[in-house]
Amino acid sequence: MTALTLTNVNKSFGNVHVLKDITLEVEEGEFVVFVGPSGCGKSTLLRVIAGLEDASSGEINIDGQQVNLVPPSKRGIAMVFQSYALYPHLSVRGNMTLALKQERQPKAVIEERVAKASRMLNLEPYLDRYPSELSGGQRQRVAIGRAIVREPKLFLFDEPLSNLDAALRMNTRIEIANLHRALDASMIYVTHDQTEAMTLADKIVVLRDGRVEQIGSPMELYNNPVNQFVAGFLGSPSMNFLPEGLLQGGGQTTIGIRPEDLFLSDDGPLVARVSHVEKLGGDTNVIAKVNDHAVTARLFGQHSISEGQELRFAYAADKAYRFDTEGHRLG
Amino acid sequence: MNKARHNPLNTAAMHGALILYTLIALFPVFVILINSFKSRRAIFREPLALPSADSFSLVGYETVMKQGDFFLYFQNSMIVTVASLFFVLLFGAMAAYALSEYRFKGNLVMGLYLALGIMIPIRIGTVAILEMMVATGLVNTLWALILVYTAQGLPLAVFILSEFMRQVSDDLKNAGRIDGLSEYTIFFRLVLPLVRPAMATVAVFNMIPIWNDLWFPLILAPAEETKTLTLGSQVFIGQFVTDWNAVLSALSMAILPVLVLYVIFSRQLIRGITSGAVK
Repeated sequence: MTALTLTNVNKSFGNVHVLKDITLEVEEGEFVVFVGPSGCGKSTLLRVIAGLEDASSGEINIDGQQVNLVPPSKRGIAMVFQSYALYPHLSVRGNMTLALKQERQPKAVIEERVAKASRMLNLEPYLDRYPSELSGGQRQRVAIGRAIVREPKLFLFDEPLSNLDAALRMNTRIEIANLHRALDASMIYVTHDQTEAMTLADKIVVLRDGRVEQIGSPMELYNNPVNQFVAGFLGSPSMNFLPEGLLQGGGQTTIGIRPEDLFLSDDGPLVARVSHVEKLGGDTNVIAKVNDHAVTARLFGQHSISEGQELRFAYAADKAYRFDTEGHRLG
Repeated sequence: MNKARHNPLNTAAMHGALILYTLIALFPVFVILINSFKSRRAIFREPLALPSADSFSLVGYETVMKQGDFFLYFQNSMIVTVASLFFVLLFGAMAAYALSEYRFKGNLVMGLYLALGIMIPIRIGTVAILEMMVATGLVNTLWALILVYTAQGLPLAVFILSEFMRQVSDDLKNAGRIDGLSEYTIFFRLVLPLVRPAMATVAVFNMIPIWNDLWFPLILAPAEETKTLTLGSQVFIGQFVTDWNAVLSALSMAILPVLVLYVIFSRQLIRGITSGAVK
């Protein structure tokens, strides 16, 4: 059984067409990440799935049941918001139990689920505190706990980590991955951060301008992008794009090479002048200019390269991607 | 921290200015209070002197208590003010929520229409209002005043509150919707507490003009049993003779309830419970 099926979903605000013919499936227990630049419609898509926005056309099925006209609370979903959205007048326990009380669950069930969720998230010492007395990371855990206690068929995360600082973000990312393993639930996660997408997802949906560009596992998308946009969006530092003419002469296609696939070679085809060097210890990122095109090379280990130096780069032919003038991938 | 805050000269100047302003603002109240406790002759001989053993007199208060049903007037004023504020806040907040939260055709036009009342004084329509009240038989009832004051207060309330409600986090309302709260629960339990400071502002802005109004009580409800305090005090002001003792005593007593209401609302202004709700 699929947890979620979207069929030709469209959404317009007035004349603005935000979602265009979105069709996708989320399998039971799958972790799906919607990723794309800001304004690509990923949050709107999540809101349409949640029922906070109505789809202009198309069909939404959750757990085999069409939910287009079902209100959010009856769709069997739970959502974690970017801004946490905790109820300020309720304690942590109150925040977590509110939805269950609305569903008129028996007291024993509520107690048990809150105990289980708070154990899982280490929230036990804070159950009687109010949101204003918690730190950012704790608030985010309460927001996740509020979703867990409902035992939904589908979890929806709307950029849950973007308000946390870098160290906490990494920890919470691992916690969410653990949570997914422990709960074995279907999850949809929206982010603009490709690292989060690559590390968390079973399946990534890349969106641009309200359209699905590609769907696949992280490695599938990384190794086999269908177009220049997907190729450039995933991977950090992002892929280098050079006009073919720069390399072999003639031809209108664009060649894409990942920074880690470039290596130093005395007779390499790319002659580049170094404009900036980032020494990270484990890696060295070299930003260089080939004619007027900036090229980033990621070299393993430490290198003594300085600005202004001339280098020659080479790459394996099978690591190069070719795109036509429209950005579509060629053979 | 601002450097100016630490400079003792600046601090002294700042406090000096504030104290001076407080004195100027409180002076008329002070004069009313001290003179209300003096005999008529003492009021005119030395208006600024404190009541002494010689000049002390409660004759003003006695007159007020004896003549007319002062407590009834007081009660009428209180009912009209509190009920009007309640309706202004309730309907104003509901309209503001609808305008700020829901997308519907004519949203903007409706908002402008509701705000238009700010620019048009309600007294221009007095004759029409009086005719309406006569037709509906509401003349000489407190409802006449409550309805008029509610209408008078709504435009500003809708205008201010809708601006504040736009700032309430969408995520919070959506979290409520996903948790199965009704739109009314979301409005009353999540949104209203967050705009409480704005509600208090609206309440204070509306309260004082309603309490002090003489125009509408005089026209719509001049009967003895519906007289408000301001209207009731007018009996002491005659064309030729004014009973200053009584007027000053009545005014002194009229200040008190407004003061109490103001203290209640201004505490709400200061208190903020938004911290920790979002972000």
